Amino acid sequence: MARRPFFRGRKSCPFKGENAPTIDYRDTKLLSRYVSERGKIVPSRITAVSAKKQRELAIAIKRARFLGLLPYVIR
Amino acid sequence: MPFYESVIIARQDLSTQQVEALTEQMTAVVTDNGGKVEKTEQWGLRSMAYKIKKNRKGHYLQLTMDAPAATLTELERQLGLNEDVLRSLSVRVEAIDMEPSAILSAKASRDDRPGRDDRPRRDDRPRRDAPEPTESKGEE
Repeated sequence: MARRPFFRGRKSCPFKGENAPTIDYRDTKLLSRYVSERGKIVPSRITAVSAKKQRELAIAIKRARFLGLLPYVIR
Repeated sequence: MPFYESVIIARQDLSTQQVEALTEQMTAVVTDNGGKVEKTEQWGLRSMAYKIKKNRKGHYLQLTMDAPAATLTELERQLGLNEDVLRSLSVRVEAIDMEPSAILSAKASRDDRPGRDDRPRRDDRPRRDAPEPTESKGEE
């Protein structure tokens, strides 16, 4: 069977590996990459974050929101 | 004893001395109750993503401590009573990182960035603060 054109292959989790960034609720620059333009958390099927790291990330984003570091909603 | 860190947001109209006084006051609460503050951080006056208790900005400070659980309960009670504190978040951490936290290093790297003064001036565009031309050209 011929290889599908435009098939990019599965991206691996950006928080995997040795020099992966640590998820920290104070790191707004990192967290804002996983938040949509409206301020919603981007699903892991788009960002390719692993399930375990996505849970961590969600908690970190919610903490950052509580402290006013990230918005709840961007109108 | 477990490690905790608390991020405290203080009212924006406090002076730097008042913020330092608040830090000392909260440090005293921890030490009086058998805990030990390992690290304090001032993040300075930051603007928040949304209004908290009608404040657009707030002084952020962080206490990292090694304290029994009862101490943290007392600290949180005191933070709740203090009217200068808008909000606080306490989290248990596995280990104390003595490095400055991500928010401070991000700020430092931003300060290193060269200014935009080297950008050529665009004098061909009308300046926004320039007075409007009095006579209208009458377009269309």
